[in-house]
Amino acid sequence: MLYDFKKKGEHEMDKVMSDKKVILLYVLPALILIMTIVYVPIILTGYYGLLKWDGIGEKTFIGLDNYSKLLTDSMFWKSTYHSFLLAAFSVISLGAYLLVSVILSGKIKGSNLFRKIYLVPMLLSSVAIAQLWMKVYHPTNGVMNRFLLSIGVENPPLWLADTSIVLYAIFLPIIWQYAGFYILIYYAALKNIPESLVEAARIDGASPWQIAYKIKVPLIAGVIKVTIVLAVVGSLKYFDLIYIMTDGGPNGASEVMASYMYKQAFRMNDFGYGSAVGFFLLLIALTVTWLIRKLTATKEEVQY
Amino acid sequence: MVETKVSKSQTKSTSQLEKPPSLMRGLMLSKITSWVLFILLSVLAVVQLLPLVWLFFFSLKNNQEVFNLSPLAFPTEPKWENYVTVWTQGNINTYFFNSVWITAASVLLTVFVASFVTFAITRMKWKWNKLVLGLFMVAMMIPIHSTLIPLFSFYTTIGIMNHPLALIITYSAFNLPITIMILLGFYYTLPREVEEAAIMDGCSVHRLFFTIILPMTKPVLATTAIINMIYNWNEYVFVNTFISSDRFKTLTVGIQNFIGQYSTDWGAIGATLMISIIPILLAFFVLSNRIVEGITSGSVKG
Repeated sequence: MLYDFKKKGEHEMDKVMSDKKVILLYVLPALILIMTIVYVPIILTGYYGLLKWDGIGEKTFIGLDNYSKLLTDSMFWKSTYHSFLLAAFSVISLGAYLLVSVILSGKIKGSNLFRKIYLVPMLLSSVAIAQLWMKVYHPTNGVMNRFLLSIGVENPPLWLADTSIVLYAIFLPIIWQYAGFYILIYYAALKNIPESLVEAARIDGASPWQIAYKIKVPLIAGVIKVTIVLAVVGSLKYFDLIYIMTDGGPNGASEVMASYMYKQAFRMNDFGYGSAVGFFLLLIALTVTWLIRKLTATKEEVQY
Repeated sequence: MVETKVSKSQTKSTSQLEKPPSLMRGLMLSKITSWVLFILLSVLAVVQLLPLVWLFFFSLKNNQEVFNLSPLAFPTEPKWENYVTVWTQGNINTYFFNSVWITAASVLLTVFVASFVTFAITRMKWKWNKLVLGLFMVAMMIPIHSTLIPLFSFYTTIGIMNHPLALIITYSAFNLPITIMILLGFYYTLPREVEEAAIMDGCSVHRLFFTIILPMTKPVLATTAIINMIYNWNEYVFVNTFISSDRFKTLTVGIQNFIGQYSTDWGAIGATLMISIIPILLAFFVLSNRIVEGITSGSVKG
């Protein structure tokens, strides 16, 4: 009797919860949003790349002209190189964040407060960060050069006007901004490791560094992979600070893919070429994501 | 030998197994190490906060004080009037309220739409649910710049260019993936018995969702709301591209323009920047645990 009742209930439940009309009603709003605002546009970008178009007037189909121009556009490749350079720096800094997180996840006083303090820059708008760091780098009144002058450095650099250092001068605030984010993620992952595993290693006589290096870090390999993807893709599509602080300048020395695309479209009004750049940016971001996943793929997930 | 034993047992009782059982010398060393590490972490904390402290200080100075006083000296007579001046004269109040309502509207839309779809994906039975979920997850990797030109032309065609609606729907679409991701973990843990009981009682799916499931997800809704709020409040590229009239600009683009005009008045610039970040800092002060939770659950489980 009871069994029958339960079975009937499950059947009833299945029927109600697989009602096609209801499912459609719940899925459709989100699906329409993501389709019209994200997926249809990225396909259109690829198509617009085939046009000669100033954004307002006639669209003229010119085939692959924009794309072939892109392949020989040295400024585009320079900006692509800068984007990859940022990606490399971001990945290297992940190592430092991991180290900080390992320290933080040990029995350190105030670790909860620390990780929250580190997060603060991440919460601020890029305009605020850019404007603040432009002041930090101000040639005469910024804290950076006033500090350098006070310790006796003559002729401190013109951070944002010097073509050889401007890119690195912008990388610094970007890394400053995201440090707390990655530290937080690593910290959470490290805290998820069962205490018993660490304790077992300790009893076997492993030193704290051995425990960190041989046990903790391998156990969070999955999370590390995710952060590598996030850092690389985030860097490749990076735009905000560069656009606000230097606008890609001086003389293209800090141009990245996204800022180059924006300039072509909304400054030069070359929407066709801008679209081609935007489409390339998309292809590069997706290819690199796929590549990293493939390169770091392991057959078995870490179990504990 | 005996001494070592004694010290060992003492260590155990005082530090409750937190430190590895080691000899006296090792213990001293680990104590020094832990102090060195603590100082290292503190230095990092200072690095993260110092630029903001400096910002706060120069927002209360006039140019003369900025240029002549030490950067980290608190001004003798703090110029609070810097804040009053920019608030009323720089259009900052308009930008501020635009930011508030556009942020609020986008958060509401995103959280509702994301709740609907997460409910359907996790609780209802249909074939394509994994595929649809994948669609949202992949969207996270897509650079917004690859959508800008088509969106620009689309919004111009349907006539919402230079209108807040363009921002609200764009924010909602781009924030759906992260919102769904945060909701997902919570929805999976909801007990199935709740639904079973409700459906057996003849409750419709809509009533089940609105009167039972949605109220149950309140804690995670708060988390998604605050994460969304931070993203929307700080958003820059879309406002810069879609909004041209001062009437609809939000704080990020508004203060960018304002600073462009008053690029030499450090106090005014500092005050506008402070006004733009204070709401976020306040939210962080009150809801830091939720923010931490949102950020970690949004990425660790990815």
